[in-house]
Amino acid sequence: MQTDQISVSIWRGGEDGKYQTYRVPRLESQTVLDVVTYIQRELDPSLSYRFACRVGVCGSCAMTVNGKARWTCRTHVSRVADGGAITLAPLRNLPVVKDLVVDMAVFFDKWEKALGSFVGDQTRDQALAAVSPADPRRREASAGIECIGCGICYATCDVVDWNKDYLGPAAMNRAWTLINDARDVARLPRLQAIAGDNGCLGCHSQQGCVERCPKSLNPTVAIAGLKRESMKAALKGELS
Amino acid sequence: MARVHRNHPAYWAFVIHRLSGLGLAAFLPVHLYVLGLALSDSTAFADFISWSNTPALKALETLLVVFLSAHLSGGLRLLALEFLDWRNWQKTLVALSGGFSLCIGLVFLLYAY
Repeated sequence: MQTDQISVSIWRGGEDGKYQTYRVPRLESQTVLDVVTYIQRELDPSLSYRFACRVGVCGSCAMTVNGKARWTCRTHVSRVADGGAITLAPLRNLPVVKDLVVDMAVFFDKWEKALGSFVGDQTRDQALAAVSPADPRRREASAGIECIGCGICYATCDVVDWNKDYLGPAAMNRAWTLINDARDVARLPRLQAIAGDNGCLGCHSQQGCVERCPKSLNPTVAIAGLKRESMKAALKGELS
Repeated sequence: MARVHRNHPAYWAFVIHRLSGLGLAAFLPVHLYVLGLALSDSTAFADFISWSNTPALKALETLLVVFLSAHLSGGLRLLALEFLDWRNWQKTLVALSGGFSLCIGLVFLLYAY
């Protein structure tokens, strides 16, 4: 039932903060990010949160909405308001800076640990690599490259919660796209970086990342692929 | 609230696989011990068999069979997940493995007693 106002409980403070409740006018087609913006501009300017594009491209506005990590700019209040109430918290598994803002450094540090940067051996003077869009490896890479780095999969993953050194779904999804990039030359160092309990072997295939990814990507597919490639490399003695 | 992110089929499949594995690990030593009684102390073995012949124990035995088939089908599901080329049929596999386990339990109830 749509009411004139919604009750919004928002996490305030750092790791040891508490929830504060606000009343916000209910509007048609209102997103959760609209609600947070209203509170910050009209009710409490000290509220900290992060956003940029507002249209589901930048990946900076992810928060925990009624217990589930979501991109708030594309989440309509009508989809999540539980009896006219919303509870907003910072993303799980990341250090809270203040209110709804988390420190994403550890998340992106793990992309680096998974060798998530392209490594090529060609120069700009050489011809462009011819990669067919129909090539199976290219299709595998294309399936994962739309990641916007929002951290929702990382916040949802229980293995990250249990093992703080676990690289997480997004970093390994990135590694899998690069392993399938015909132009990349760092396949083996990348497999060495991810083949372990802190990497693909730590995944329990709970698939929370798949369930929650706002871009409908499938990091579990990527991690399963990394497990297969790691096994092949181990059988060849390349990982020792 | 803090755990609602876990409420999806693949997570519950994970929980069932883990719990059934722990249950079977706890059951197997007892199972082997009782079988050993048949060789070492046939009277005690006969006593145990007559003690176990109650409806409550039969119900537990059926549950055990369901657990065993759930662990088998869950394991096959994970092998398919890790070794086959798949993308979006994991929930179907979860449903199939769950249905398989329940069917095995029903077949056991039909023919075992």
